[in-house]
Amino acid sequence: MTLVSYADVEVGQPLPTRSFPITRADLVRYAGASGDFNPIHWNERFARSVGLPDVIAHGMFTMATAARAVTDWVGDPGAVVDYGVRFTRPVVVPDDGTGALLQVEAVVGDKLDGNLVRVDLTARSDDDKVLGMARMVVRLP
Amino acid sequence: MSVSVPLMPLDQSFTGRTYPPTRPYVVGREKIREFARAIGDANPAYDDVDAARALGHPDLVAPPTFAIVVSLSAAHQVVLDPALGLDYSRVVHGEQRFEVSRPIHAGDELTVIVTVEKIRSVAGNDIITTRGDIATTSGEKVVTAYSTLVSRAPDEVQA
Repeated sequence: MTLVSYADVEVGQPLPTRSFPITRADLVRYAGASGDFNPIHWNERFARSVGLPDVIAHGMFTMATAARAVTDWVGDPGAVVDYGVRFTRPVVVPDDGTGALLQVEAVVGDKLDGNLVRVDLTARSDDDKVLGMARMVVRLP
Repeated sequence: MSVSVPLMPLDQSFTGRTYPPTRPYVVGREKIREFARAIGDANPAYDDVDAARALGHPDLVAPPTFAIVVSLSAAHQVVLDPALGLDYSRVVHGEQRFEVSRPIHAGDELTVIVTVEKIRSVAGNDIITTRGDIATTSGEKVVTAYSTLVSRAPDEVQA
């Protein structure tokens, strides 16, 4: 595996843009793997009863998916030293055979001491910005 | 339209509370593989021990957000406590942050100490931030997880 090195990275450099489809089946699988069985993530009747437009993705599923834009680029997921997001809008996942599409853009926001690089992420679904202040800091070789 | 319930602010006395360390969570290889599959992530370091070792890890490495598996159930001892007064049926995740001292690996035995960082109310939304200090049973710092949960105000219109 070829690893991205600190010396080769420039501030402002874009990472490859990624698109991730999200279906109800993904949410059911994530509920099982994570232990988060909140019914707003799999039960449309319940989601609507608490004022949501439909079933929404786990914020943590969106956060995990968006992370791949950086970890696939870095190669070593152990490079992540800090990762934070705000969940600004829900990712609505309809049961229509298509689901949602998460589009993730990432750009090198800053180079820090200690071979650290801050990557700023933008994640959209249905043109809504679903993550705010989404930043990951990675330590590069 | 949802049923309106009387607005009852969260019990502010929870702020600053720290809970005892959780029962040790043993991170298994199959759990890491299952979690990686669930997030659709085919990084070989989550699945192939040799690939993980080639990157310098002692065993399979967990995805960066895997810490939530450990910290979420720990936070439940706060947010599901009826005395706090959080309407969990209306809870959505507001913010999440992981400060990683070192990545989680298969074989780690982890405990979490949960602290209530902040409780506030904004426009009828009840908001609670917890910190989960995740460490090994031998006391090595691993990850600090900050979680903000929002219990949305009744009758809030969601676009």
